[in-house]
Amino acid sequence: MSGTAEPIAMAAGLASGYHGRTVWSGADFSIAAGEFLTVLGPNGAGKSTLLRMVLGLLRPAQGTLRVFGAPPRRGNPAIGYVPQRRTLDPDLNVRAADLVGLGVDGHQWGVGVSQRKKREKRQDVTRALASVGAAHLGGRAVGRLSGGEQQRLQLAQALVARPRLLLLDEPLASLDLRSQQEVSQLVADLRAEYGFTVVLVTHDINPVLGVTDRVMYVAGGGVSVGPPGEVITTESLSRLYQAEVEVLTDSRGRIFVVGLEAETAHPHSPRGPRP
Amino acid sequence: MTGALASQGYSFLAGPGWNLYADVQNMLSFAFMRNAFAAGTASALVAGLIGYFVVLRASSFAAHAISHIGFAGAAGAVLLGVNPVLGVGALSLAASVGMGALGRRLRGRDVVIGLVMAASLGLGYLFISLYTGNATDAYAVLFGQIFGITVGAVQITVLTSVVVLALLVAVYRPLLFASLDEEVAEARGIRVGAVGLGFMVLLALAVSEAVQVSGVLLIFALLVAPGAIAGRVFRRPAAALALSAGLAVLITWVSLGLAFYTPYPVSFYVTSLAFVAYLAARATGRGSRLGRRLTASLSPPRDTAAEGRPAATVRL
Repeated sequence: MSGTAEPIAMAAGLASGYHGRTVWSGADFSIAAGEFLTVLGPNGAGKSTLLRMVLGLLRPAQGTLRVFGAPPRRGNPAIGYVPQRRTLDPDLNVRAADLVGLGVDGHQWGVGVSQRKKREKRQDVTRALASVGAAHLGGRAVGRLSGGEQQRLQLAQALVARPRLLLLDEPLASLDLRSQQEVSQLVADLRAEYGFTVVLVTHDINPVLGVTDRVMYVAGGGVSVGPPGEVITTESLSRLYQAEVEVLTDSRGRIFVVGLEAETAHPHSPRGPRP
Repeated sequence: MTGALASQGYSFLAGPGWNLYADVQNMLSFAFMRNAFAAGTASALVAGLIGYFVVLRASSFAAHAISHIGFAGAAGAVLLGVNPVLGVGALSLAASVGMGALGRRLRGRDVVIGLVMAASLGLGYLFISLYTGNATDAYAVLFGQIFGITVGAVQITVLTSVVVLALLVAVYRPLLFASLDEEVAEARGIRVGAVGLGFMVLLALAVSEAVQVSGVLLIFALLVAPGAIAGRVFRRPAAALALSAGLAVLITWVSLGLAFYTPYPVSFYVTSLAFVAYLAARATGRGSRLGRRLTASLSPPRDTAAEGRPAATVRL
């Protein structure tokens, strides 16, 4: 971890919206270097929009956002991004290693003829695949891999450029309980090893409760940031949603948010033992 | 045409001597065959390379539609007394830019594209019926007429191929990235909209070239089949591209040779060979029963125990 005081990202009075319609506004937060931040909130609340702003693909509707001390810019190699994904076309007969390799030089013009760079790229890809436990998948066709395996490849593709900030959009969606725990733990382990900052978007807090430092709740047109114990409370969420929301904790520490539509309210999982 | 010439007393066109070297030499002693080989090779090379991306980007319907829309241009050009290939080029480019502008929204626009395609074919038919002269030119655009290609057209074709190849080399990695993983490509700073539009322009140029060999109606044989076969055979994009281009050129060469020594048209051979090659790739490729048996007999059994084991974490 760098240990510097300079935050990875900082927002002041930040608002997001498309075509004059504001999705959320008044967000003030800063993301510290090496932090694990989980972004929560219902569908359509503007969680992915936040990631797109950090990536420089969408301009803030209002306020300021600074990433690495500067306005966000497209194609910043210090940011790794894993988008929300349905599974790939099963007929896509392209090697997993080639897909990961695009994370190294896919944005550069030309065909890439330098033998030295090709060798370095091969080594980087091998290391990135190994770091996500997918060394054995390098030669396989990506379309034939399972959803979980494809996700590991995406993670390797994001890591291969050695980012300082990793953005993960709904990496836990459509995974079974055990896989959710595994992915959360994998991301936490990688962060511990390489010291990058993680911003992870999810519906359900429970799989990441043990690994996240802080949570950001995006709902009701506003944003609330803090430690899980402060943000996910009956008072805090009722204020954010402007509705009678209640947060319950069961005997195993699972968090239930009730009083909202089923999709955002129901818990998905007991917290299983760490793999 | 060779059959007809043979019946007029050109005995050297009666058939092959079954000596490959002599037959090829005999064939290439004719200027029209040299022209056909030059233009055929140039357009097949481009069709094979672009075709792999057409398959990767799942835009074969767009390719099909572009060629059919190009037919209206060809018929219009015939009506105006202009070279039909220029008409194909003009309307193909217009169609591809229109589709490229739809960009990411292109998926699911099959109905709109289909309707524009049908309207264009109708327009082309109108142009042909208005044309009082010989309709052979329009017919040639539908089914290809590489033997009749002029020296000027050969030069244009070769030049177009050189331009397309140069552009393809320049955009290779961003195009591959955007084709496989559009969202991540965009996040890495690639202008995926511009890349998509650029690809559609390259596609229109490839279509205009390939139309001369296979015709508007049979364009799939050169533009899609080699890419689809190569995509089944190789997992490395570079290897698949090489195979796709090689196959397209080989199919064209063999078809030109066969058509020279038989009374049947080139595009019939092109489509038949492409179809047979595709069936062969399906039957022997990965995932097929025969292919699995072939692979099993050629390679040692895999270490299945090592596969299940998660690899040790390695420092990046």
